[in-house]
Amino acid sequence: MTNRETGTVLVKRGLAEMLKGGVIMDVVTPEQAKIAENAGASAVMALERVPADIRRDGGVARMSDPEMISGIQAAVTIPVMAKARIGHFVEAQILQALDVDYIDESEVLTPADEAHHIDKWAFTVPFVCGATNLGEALRRISEGACMIRSKGEAGTGNIVEAVRHLRSIIGDIRKLSQADSAELFDWSKRLQAPLPLVREVAETGWLPVPLFCAGGIATPADAGLVMQLGAEAVFVGSGIFKSADPQPRAKAIVEATTNFADAHILAKVSRNLGEPMVGLEMQGLDTRLAERGW
Amino acid sequence: MLALQGAFGLHQKVLEHLGAGVVQVRTPQHLAEVDALVIGGGESTTMSKLADASGLVQPLAERLVTGMPVLGTCAGMILLASDVMDGYPGQHCFGAVDLVVQRNGYGRQADSFGARLSMKLDSWQDDFEGVFIRAPKVCEVGPRVEMLAELDGSAVMCRQGSAVVCAFHPELVDDDRIHRWFLDLV
Repeated sequence: MTNRETGTVLVKRGLAEMLKGGVIMDVVTPEQAKIAENAGASAVMALERVPADIRRDGGVARMSDPEMISGIQAAVTIPVMAKARIGHFVEAQILQALDVDYIDESEVLTPADEAHHIDKWAFTVPFVCGATNLGEALRRISEGACMIRSKGEAGTGNIVEAVRHLRSIIGDIRKLSQADSAELFDWSKRLQAPLPLVREVAETGWLPVPLFCAGGIATPADAGLVMQLGAEAVFVGSGIFKSADPQPRAKAIVEATTNFADAHILAKVSRNLGEPMVGLEMQGLDTRLAERGW
Repeated sequence: MLALQGAFGLHQKVLEHLGAGVVQVRTPQHLAEVDALVIGGGESTTMSKLADASGLVQPLAERLVTGMPVLGTCAGMILLASDVMDGYPGQHCFGAVDLVVQRNGYGRQADSFGARLSMKLDSWQDDFEGVFIRAPKVCEVGPRVEMLAELDGSAVMCRQGSAVVCAFHPELVDDDRIHRWFLDLV
């Protein structure tokens, strides 16, 4: 048999490339996973509670029950992702053993380590990590993340934080690509990110991995907004299954993500979707999930 | 470039580098502007549903019948095959290449891999680095299909007339020979 190399950087980052332009939806049951797949989701995130419920219930949020993840894997043919706690490399080992397609080392769960993220190079399964700014994104990439997503503020249905994070990451990439070679040392120091990665971003004008958006997307217009700002795909957590009528909303967000720059199509798909999820103001929050991670 | 979902940006970069003019196709109007089409990797179920929503199914089928040159990689291969296993009921197969393919036939992401492929094309001396990501597996090959590369007994690159399909991702590697060869066909 021909030699097959698995778990290479190309293979791991490659799947992120294939998810571009798509919508990754949080689901908590096989039935929801089917609804997401039927609506055109490019992948699903299997978890026990959507972020809005984790926020409401409080307590320690952990990796989901493997039985529940396997049930969702059996229900759909699209990629299935699952979340591990920040720094909890054993949860990640278990998720890899379950053959999930992507692991989200996620601030939505309660962190397991206050200083260290998972060494993601040690895994064949690819990882996505959240970031609020360019330095955080590059630190996660240096640890082996193959996809970055804005953190936003999960479970709020409020897009403002995701916009802040995307603008910060993309704005700094723009500034970095204008910097001269001497300035890159200072950029590396200020971003607290490795110089070779800083140089790579300065040369290419983009991250070495895809940049997706998560945290607060609730409407097709929200998806259009973050895609026009420069996100390459979107994660929708509570925004679909906490809305009044998930199936049409899921389909509308998928169409909006593809046609993000066409206001006529955005207007068409935004009609008659029923009530979106109830949104939360930032100043009313007890816990800021985006502050988790270092 | 069919730009409904997936890695179309990478294909676009290669094609533009080779001097081709590229239009991102999301509507029937866009499709009418192009001479040839590339359908890249992504999720075939997602693309199939978006093709329905955008009204592209019938115009695309008509263009393919009249022999528009087309290159399909991974999900593109699935959409251009004549039949798909493990798709959803009603998933579109445009039948430009007479193949039966199985979605994710090589397994989940853990089984995604890279492998050196020897190409059955005149003057292609060197191997091509095939990157297979949750790739489709060709299960049956019709009589009019020319096999251009195979891996352990399964076809991984095929041609029928002006339609070319591969199970792997030439857009992910630093080797533009397949794109160049396709542009020569066009």
